[in-house]
Amino acid sequence: MSATKRLTDIGPPHYEKFLPPVVKKNYGQWDHHEILKQGVMVHVAKSGDKIFTVRAATPRLLNIATLRDFATLADTYCGGHLRFTSRNNVEFLLTDPANIEPLIADLTKSGYPVGGLGNAISNIVHTQGWVHCHSAATDASGVVKSIMDELYPHFVDMKLPGKLRIAFACCLNMCGAVHCSDIAVLGVHTRAPKIDHTSVPKMCEIPSVVASCPTGAVRPASVGGAQSVEIIEEQCMYCGNCFTVCPAMKINNAKTDGISIWVGGKVSNARSEPKFSKLAVPFLPNNPPRWPEVVGWVKKLVELYAENARKHERMGEWIERIGWPRFFQLSGIPFSKYHIDDFKHAGETFKRSVQIRQV
Amino acid sequence: MSEKRATPLLDELEKGPWPSFVKELKKSADTPAVNDLLGQLERSYEEKIGHWKHGGLVGVMGYGGGVIGRYSDLQAEFPECAEFHTLRINQPAGWFYTSDALRTIADIWERHGSGLTNMHGSTGDIILLGAKTQALEPIFAELTAAGFDLGGSGSDMRTPSCCVGQARCEWACYDTMGACYDFTQTYQDELHRPAFPYKYKLKFAGCPNDCVASVARSDMAFIGTWRDDIKVDNEGVRAAAAGGVDIQKEICDMCPTRCMAWDGSTLAIDNSNCVKCMHCINVLPKAVKPGDDRGAAILIGAKAPIVGGALLSSVFVPFIKMEPPYEDLKELISRIWDLWAEHGKNRERVGEFIQRIGLGNFLEQIGLDPVPEMISAPRSNPYIFFGDEVSEGGQA
Repeated sequence: MSATKRLTDIGPPHYEKFLPPVVKKNYGQWDHHEILKQGVMVHVAKSGDKIFTVRAATPRLLNIATLRDFATLADTYCGGHLRFTSRNNVEFLLTDPANIEPLIADLTKSGYPVGGLGNAISNIVHTQGWVHCHSAATDASGVVKSIMDELYPHFVDMKLPGKLRIAFACCLNMCGAVHCSDIAVLGVHTRAPKIDHTSVPKMCEIPSVVASCPTGAVRPASVGGAQSVEIIEEQCMYCGNCFTVCPAMKINNAKTDGISIWVGGKVSNARSEPKFSKLAVPFLPNNPPRWPEVVGWVKKLVELYAENARKHERMGEWIERIGWPRFFQLSGIPFSKYHIDDFKHAGETFKRSVQIRQV
Repeated sequence: MSEKRATPLLDELEKGPWPSFVKELKKSADTPAVNDLLGQLERSYEEKIGHWKHGGLVGVMGYGGGVIGRYSDLQAEFPECAEFHTLRINQPAGWFYTSDALRTIADIWERHGSGLTNMHGSTGDIILLGAKTQALEPIFAELTAAGFDLGGSGSDMRTPSCCVGQARCEWACYDTMGACYDFTQTYQDELHRPAFPYKYKLKFAGCPNDCVASVARSDMAFIGTWRDDIKVDNEGVRAAAAGGVDIQKEICDMCPTRCMAWDGSTLAIDNSNCVKCMHCINVLPKAVKPGDDRGAAILIGAKAPIVGGALLSSVFVPFIKMEPPYEDLKELISRIWDLWAEHGKNRERVGEFIQRIGLGNFLEQIGLDPVPEMISAPRSNPYIFFGDEVSEGGQA
């Protein structure tokens, strides 16, 4: 053991150490910005100084070799400065506009497309999936890759009516908090957990397991003389919270796990208030490696939005304007009882008027 | 090292124009842990199910969070990734790096782990994916020596995050990166040693566009806004109109309170009815700007579905100047944490706690006055828990 003092609770490095000089000089003094072309923007300070940003997509799961490549690009073109965005894009920060095109050429050659600004689809925020998670109902990276291979033109162009934000989470824990996205792709379990009664007494605290269930479907039970729990299956909506507190409540199921698609959420306050995504497609099968059913529906929803929304309208604003019945008609998604809320406060989404488009 | 794993299904995901995570994995295919990870992942693709066991308590000395234990359930077949723990490293505010800082992280991770990262995790941390238990302390020692520290996990204050803020955005109504760093440093103990009923997330967004999704993803959201008039440069508006923006249709008609009028040369705004939604500013970034009396609205209680259903956060403080050292805010946070820590149930987020005890009661307990900005409408049911002061003639 080295004699150096063990450092703890030092917190993250101070961001100032990492800021480009032009940012330090103009911190809080920016005047306006402009998108010069897809993937390239300029911010102009009150001093007249400019910073150019080149945004490129990453798959979020990055190898250290790629981090080193990014570092080399930053050294070559940006005085060693770069940042990442809240949607897993990498942004190179330049002061010399002559470096923009060579940087784009290098990024494109390495397979990191430049784009994602303005009225376009930015990168998908997503979770770990089968690469690293114990409760995933599907993979994350593979579905995201499959979707974005199809939607790639909308990342490198700016032809959509407004911004379109897609998010992906591989189970209801929603590490990606996808519940307020234009399109949310969500892994779902559809069967109650299988209880390993020999492990429950060893691994789990029974009162915690019972208390974990939002619908009261888990109750204590004696199985073969040993203390365990039982599940009232018709009360279970497969949230997996009992599995989170008790590993013996196995919820992953290769045959019955799959994917649902939700639409119309947003977090920005522009025009309309932030809103939740609502259920569009209740269930699609897991079909690796390319998940064609999921990709097909997401693509169809993007195309519908692109054709029908007005300029600046987000997906949810467009659907609210035309009404949900027309959305289901246009999309061809069969409306089912699964679309009608039956959890807490369910009545808030019932239609309470006869303002109905009779078509 | 065992034989190179065959991955015919994953190989499909090396094709196509979007960057491939499989290519990223394969850049370390010579690393035994990643070779076995590829094998296990291919198995998941064949069987349509994950192969990671549930959690496992691992960590570094003196910390209760920051490391997520992860074990394979196919350890005999894929022994090199049998232990494949995650480290969450607190990101620098705004996710700014120098090339040297990135290389430092890469070098440490090459010496001690799989070489796989997420830039970044959902909450904002740098994620190092795939460490063996015995590597955790050496990694931690090297990271802290390089000036980095662990982030949060479990029932603690999670790693705060923020938008790019005043570093590169003219719309930032306060210093999000400064505030994020300040709160993170103040609450190092709460970040590293879980002592809450459940997680507590702080996010700092500079304007109502909310680029860090704080309204949906944080227990406490600090969203920049302003109180005075929007700044309009009518010459700029006319230039935008000449450049093809239909000011009437794209600006006035899309304003949520219809507080704008355009006569072909002047954009007039009834600022008393502006709700600071950002739409006109977003469309006309050169001509229309937030006012000068800037600060933030604080919202509370957002969460994803587990346990009691998803929540968006709701207004808690309609406006506050965001100025260091943020003493009033820290005092407020202490009162919230004290109340919630004492009365919150296990795994009950503060938003669910507020729903259970009532926002009115919550406000009373922490000593904050109710104001109409907190609601979209007053209650419509008459099931009111009256206090004595009403029947004694105390209230209107």
